[in-house]
Amino acid sequence: MSLHLTDVTLTYPDGDSRLTALDGVTLDVPGGSITAVVGPSGSGKSSLLAVAATLIAPDRGTVAVDGTTTTGMTRADLAGLRRRKIGIVFQQPNLLPSLTAAEQLQVMARIDGRSPSGARARAMELLDAVGLADRAGRRPHQLSGGQRQRVNIARALMNDPTVLLVDEPTSALDHERGAAVVDLITRLTHRQATATVLVTHDRTHLTAVDRVAEMHDGRLRPLSAAR
Amino acid sequence: MFVAWRDLKFAKGRFALMGAVIVLMTLLVGLLSGLTAGLGRQNVSAITSLPADAIAFAATDEGVELSYADSTVTERQWLRWARTPGVSGAEPLGITTTKAAAGGRSAGVSVFGVRPGSALVPGGGPGGGLNGGPEDAVVLSATAAHDLGLAVGDAFTLAGRRATVAAVSGDAFFSHTPVVWTGLDFWREITPPTGGADGPTATVIALNTTSAADVAAADRAAGTRTVARDDSLSAIGSYASENGSLQLMRGFLFVISALVVGAFFTVWTIQRSGDIAVLKALGASTATLLGDALGQAVVLLAGGTLIGTGTAAAVGSLVSGMDVPFLLTPATVLVPAAVMTALGALGAALSIRRITSVDPLTALGSAR
Repeated sequence: MSLHLTDVTLTYPDGDSRLTALDGVTLDVPGGSITAVVGPSGSGKSSLLAVAATLIAPDRGTVAVDGTTTTGMTRADLAGLRRRKIGIVFQQPNLLPSLTAAEQLQVMARIDGRSPSGARARAMELLDAVGLADRAGRRPHQLSGGQRQRVNIARALMNDPTVLLVDEPTSALDHERGAAVVDLITRLTHRQATATVLVTHDRTHLTAVDRVAEMHDGRLRPLSAAR
Repeated sequence: MFVAWRDLKFAKGRFALMGAVIVLMTLLVGLLSGLTAGLGRQNVSAITSLPADAIAFAATDEGVELSYADSTVTERQWLRWARTPGVSGAEPLGITTTKAAAGGRSAGVSVFGVRPGSALVPGGGPGGGLNGGPEDAVVLSATAAHDLGLAVGDAFTLAGRRATVAAVSGDAFFSHTPVVWTGLDFWREITPPTGGADGPTATVIALNTTSAADVAAADRAAGTRTVARDDSLSAIGSYASENGSLQLMRGFLFVISALVVGAFFTVWTIQRSGDIAVLKALGASTATLLGDALGQAVVLLAGGTLIGTGTAAAVGSLVSGMDVPFLLTPATVLVPAAVMTALGALGAALSIRRITSVDPLTALGSAR
């Protein structure tokens, strides 16, 4: 269980020229560890996450998820890889308004073609893990911001991913709830043995992670152990 | 359908509104279909129920359309047809519209003149219908008998001449008037002379042909122009324009329905594009999302169409017992419903295509 980005370069069209978002980035995240990526706005953090999530193909370099290199895979294959191997925690919870908290998780099993009965039990187990078992029947508008974010995290773990990508999970939360969310992600990373990348601008929670890396102008500075 | 079902329940107001539109459009299409068929039947049922497969008209000049009102055939022509190999029946049929009166009642009727013993008369043939009756014997259609208050044995006035009801049979209509069947001689007496023709005449010849018949050669020899029975309906003056107008309205309603459904699902898909991006980012395949959205559209269409069609059938069964020419059959109720559903699904399918172009990358970041 691991995530490997090797010499990844990503450019975007910018008028007549191209803007380099990622410049030869190499990142190895072993299973069961959490790596925080920090950096100022526009440094390439979101691009790194998009490439790792297979949502965008790099111009150069390779991405390997749990040993599977994504180069040359079709869109359908990439979608399948995301379903089974990658969990994404969005910056905003991005919950579907018509679904209850439990159904937000169950939909992950449905899109993977798994049985509803097993999915229900797994969803309840994960909601319990994030402290929301008693909110399983509530829709997003009936949950607080912190609760929605916890559902977002639980949903990302529903299909037992090997890689967990977390995008600015505390940006809409106050310090106390932000710390609780980072702590939850850390605990779940260790429990599920996922290779977790946590993109954040908030350095106050970094004590909880295993490694820290800093993005600057599309380059990733050498990793340093946080603990 | 996991998300689709929940969306249907969650966004009740929006889907109820769209469902109501589908119900109303289906109701309108259903009523218009029944009315179109009912009016059509009042126009052509006497022709479509003829035991014949082709109708021979008097030959017309090139480019001149056939017309029941203008055609006159002679005895020489129908005898010629009767002798044609592959023709098992060639019966002259005279048609005219006139007025019938009985007691204080009067009604416009179409008089169909046939030879005594002709199988063209409902319940006719040798020994039935007009066969063996007095010269003024007539067979009334049920509506003619009802409108004039007549029964078998009653006498009444037909185009100023006395006639006697020999039988009441069938309920044929021609050009929106009930049909009265008379002998060909009687018909000739009440029909304005067409001039030019010597001897007995009629309007058209009802033919029964087999594959052995060389119709084109027989037409040239007899001086006629023959078309299939159902193709001859366009020769009824009012039918083509009336039916064409109603079918055009129906066609427009189908198109409008597809466009309305398409517009609704276009807006709905645009509103959901954020959710679709999230689901794609989480790994949902485009095929799964398209199937989900199309299933939702079909459920909405099927539900709306079912209610609309049921209402149209209920209204149709109520009014068809009155004077409204409404025809309630599976063809007038179920076919429009199936077309509505199919076209609506097509409109929805074209609308939800945009799911394929939603970029899952938009789910990342704080844009949502």
